[in-house]
Order: sequence, then structure tokens, then C-alpha cells
Amino acid sequence: MKEYMEVSSNPHVRSRVTTSQIMFAVVIALLPATIYGIIRFGWYAALLVLVTVGTAVLTEHLFCKIMKKPSTIKDGSAIVTGLLLALNLPPHLPVYIAILGAVFAIVVVKLLFGGLGQNFMNPALGARCFLVISFAKYMTNFDCDTVTGPTPLAILKEGGQVNVFDMVIGRTGGTIGETSVIAIVLGACFLIALGVIDLRIPGTYLVSFAIFVAIFCPTGLIAYITHDSNVFIDWQYFCGQLSGGGLMLGAFFMATDYTTRPITKKGQYLYGIFLGVLTGLFRLFGPGAEGVSYAIIIGNLLVPLIEKITMPKAFGKGGEKA
Amino acid sequence: MKTCLERLYNGLIKENPTFVLTLGMCPTLAVTTSAINGLGMGLSTLVVLALSNLLISALRKVIPDKVRIPAYIVIVASLVTVVGLLMEAYVPGLYASLGIYIDLIVVNCIILGRAESYASKNKMMPSLFDGIGMGLGFTVALTLIGMVREFFGNASIFGFTGPDVYGTTIPVLLVELTNKVFNPDSASNFVQGLNHFFTGEFSSYSPIGILIMAPGAFFVLAILTAIQNVIKAKGEAKGKDMSKIQSGCSHDCMSCGDTGCAKRLIEPEKVSKKVETEVEAVSEEITGKEEN
Repeated sequence: MKEYMEVSSNPHVRSRVTTSQIMFAVVIALLPATIYGIIRFGWYAALLVLVTVGTAVLTEHLFCKIMKKPSTIKDGSAIVTGLLLALNLPPHLPVYIAILGAVFAIVVVKLLFGGLGQNFMNPALGARCFLVISFAKYMTNFDCDTVTGPTPLAILKEGGQVNVFDMVIGRTGGTIGETSVIAIVLGACFLIALGVIDLRIPGTYLVSFAIFVAIFCPTGLIAYITHDSNVFIDWQYFCGQLSGGGLMLGAFFMATDYTTRPITKKGQYLYGIFLGVLTGLFRLFGPGAEGVSYAIIIGNLLVPLIEKITMPKAFGKGGEKA
Repeated sequence: MKTCLERLYNGLIKENPTFVLTLGMCPTLAVTTSAINGLGMGLSTLVVLALSNLLISALRKVIPDKVRIPAYIVIVASLVTVVGLLMEAYVPGLYASLGIYIDLIVVNCIILGRAESYASKNKMMPSLFDGIGMGLGFTVALTLIGMVREFFGNASIFGFTGPDVYGTTIPVLLVELTNKVFNPDSASNFVQGLNHFFTGEFSSYSPIGILIMAPGAFFVLAILTAIQNVIKAKGEAKGKDMSKIQSGCSHDCMSCGDTGCAKRLIEPEKVSKKVETEVEAVSEEITGKEEN
């Protein structure tokens, strides 16, 4: 009878899914984008991916050893961080910058704050922004052997024309993993089918961004009302903004990171809307053409506040006092 | 004379304001974007600190206790104005790059701290040397931090060697090292290839620009604090008194043992007693309810 009387603290029901299984699923989901990137940008992109992932795993192992703690590389999160960072790098980045970025992501953003589940922002994006600030010359140069010329977003910013079909397939310039919308959405569908991520954050993110662009872009609602533009929404521009840059990769793989997203459902909708508006602000009114990574890390920093205002009230709390 | 030398040693090493006490972090973080800025800031603080200590010590019996802080501020502010005008006249470039931080020396906590804790209680000569020692400690610390940030963030040392410091200095050293380890006559293709790789590879290295920007200051501060923590933990494990490290007042009165501190807002003993009585009251309430 004794075991029936035992009182234990929650959680009482545990999921059979482990962290390493989820990380493995994310890696598989990222493979289409990675493989497409390697095919598109050549062997040097493959080298960058290998070096970044390898450095991330090795750094985590060494840091744990130096701190005399059990090594945490088996949960696979370092592989995901390394892979996501690699997909966010330009295809012809010098290797030492990629190594520096991987070390920064693992040590400064993740392990110094307590490791997996404790990091305050997405490690891969934190490292990407660190690299963009430090090595702006290299990080914004997307030329490589097979592709030259500005990215579609830069063309749109200058008011040029883009081929949306090429952007969806991925036949454009950009970072290793962001160009092909099809490859990213394929991986995202796999994750959604497995139940690893759901559409709450990506959906609200993309929809709010689309609405923001529809209102504020040069041919948008405001310009149409004030007769600055004769066309209501230039569809080429609109679709180009949606499928260009890191938006798809960010919405499906970065914004949905378990650690740095809100846990409440309402909070996730709020977070998605916030990211969409912020990305739109950066892209349409900011100095650069891209804004996804900054939007997501700023969103990450606001997650504790979002959770605070959307936390459901416990039963019986907060009623009117008699 | 012995006290004077002791004061110098104290300011430079034993109670180094930046590395040991962690005081004056605002100028430390803000101006150390290059070694020359750090040196300039440190030296101007040194001059103000030494002279203000001297003057305050000389006037310590004249200044009424109740208005001593305003009196110190008047003295320090006059000195800062003099130093600021002199710098503007003779080193305008440095003055421009340090900007508001020269004027902010007035409220530098090292200066007020030394005035309050040393100069107002001691004779003139030891006070002067206390100021010089503390100023030197501050200067050395700022220059070192500035050098590290400048080297990694801008690829230069004191503004010299231009943008190619990694491409010239480090590879040449490495090549010489490999030549010494391996006999150059019998050097294989591999070693030559290695040398070639290093020279070619390092010359293309670009500095980590973020280190000379505001976030870089926080990275440097975090690394410094981590080093302090390691030294402190190791020293305490050996049973040494490490209480001086990071003792720049953090306003954390709960964990501070300085019961005579004038800034003390909370008395930990009283607070813990209050908590105890509250806990007792709550537990009594609970037991009362259970009985009912």
C-alpha cells in the first residue's frame, strides 16, 4: 500500500518525448534548407556548415569540462544552434568569423546564462547580430562563386524589380539557408506534423507582417489613400517582402524556439504580432533591408514581460473583493 | 616617507580602484575605447585626485562636518574646470574624444571616496600620495583595458601599426617561432605551407568591431568580474582575507558587514528579526486554523 500513499510534487505526468528527440527532429527539418544552400552556394557553404556545427558542439563540450560539469552535448541543442547559425551566415564568410560566432553563441548567449532552457535570447540569432555588428563588411556581402549581386530585399529597398518565382524556389542571393522558401516550408511542415512546433507564432508573425507591409509599403494602403501611389499594393513587392530574407527561416525555426518564446497561448499571439510589426518597421523604415534577426532578439528580451501580462489567473484569484 | 610609499603601493596594487574595489565603472566603461583615451582619462583623474586630496587634507580642520560634501564638490569642481580648460587648450583632440567624461570627474566616486575616507582624516603628504597612488592605479587599469579593447576591436595599439596589426605582427612572430622549432633548411613543404597559410590567413583578419562599441565595454567588464571572482574564490579557499575585492559599495546593505556605514539603508539584523516574527505570526495563524 505504501506507494499509493506517497505524496510527490508535480509534474505527475511526463511526456515520453525527450529533448534530444526534439532537437533531432529540428535538425532533420533544417536539412532541406541546408542541402539546398550547399547545392546553390557550393562546397564552401558545406565547409561553413560543418565548421560552425563542429565548433558549437566542441565549445559546449570543452566549456562543460572546464567548468567541471557533466557535458551537455548529448541533448543535441548545440547541433541545432550551430546549424541555425550556419544557415544565417553569408556563403562566402571567412571561416574564423564563423568559428567566433559559434563560440559566442554557445558560451556567451547560452552557457553563461545557465545552458539549455536558461538562455535569454536565441543563441544563433544573438551570435548573428554580434557578427553583423562586428564584421559588417563580411556579413552583408552575399557574393560568392555562383551568385553575385544584391539580395532581393536590397533590390526591393532600392525600388527595383524582383522575380518572386525565383525567390520561392531560392534562386537568389542571401545567407546559406534563407533563400529557398520551399525548402524551409517543407521542413516546417515536417515539424508541424510531428507537433514539435505549432502555427501560433509563425502564423501571427507572417500575417501581422503582411498586414503591416500592406498598410505601410510604398504602394500600400496609406500611400493609396493619400494618392502617392496609383496602384493598391504592388503584388510583386508584397510577395517579395514575404518570401525574401530571413523571414521564413526566422518565423518557423527561430521565433518558435522553446526557451525564448512565451509559454502562454495569448502571449504567443502577442509575441507573433510584435515580431511582425517590428520586422516591418525595420525593413520598411530602417536603414538596412533586413530586420528579422533584430526583431526576434528584441522580442526574446520582452518575453518575460509578455508572459507576465498574459499569465492566466489561478482559479479563485483576482475576483472582486466583497 | 614610508607611509607615502605604502600609499602608492596601496593605490596601485592592494586597493586598485578598478581591478580590486570595482569603483568608478562609468568612466572605465565609457572611455576605454582606445588605450590613449584610457591613459588620458586616467591621468586627468590622477591630477584632480592628487590635488583635491591635498587641498581637502589641508582644509580638513576648517571645513565644518555638516557641509563637508558640498565643500569637497566645490574643491573638486574647481580643479576639474582647471584641468578641463588646460586639456582643451593643449590636447584638443583628446579633450574632444573624452567629451563629457572630463566634466564628470567632479562626481567620480573614487575622488569623493578618497576625500571622505582618507584625505579628511589624514595629513597632507600621505593624502597627496594616496591620491597619486589611487590615480596611478586608475590610470594603469584604464590603459590596460583600453589596450585590450583597442587591439581586438580596432587592430591597433596606442593608435599605431594601422589596420594591419594581425597581418604583420602576429604572423611574423608565428613564422619566426616555426622557423626556430623546425630547422629552416630542412623545413618541409608542410611547414612552409603552414607559414604561408598563417601569413595569408592572419593578414585577412578583421578586428571584432563590437569591442570598441558600448556592448564591448560590458563584455570586458563581465570578463574582469569573472577574473575577480575566480581570484576571490581561490583566495578564500586558502583562507585569505579577500573582502576588499569588489568592495566598492553596491548598496546591497543586506549582505554588507559594515555596520557603521553612513549610507546604510537597511539593518540586516532588524530585517531578519522582522521576518522571523512574521513567519511566527503566519505559522500561528495556520496552526490556529487547523485547530479550528
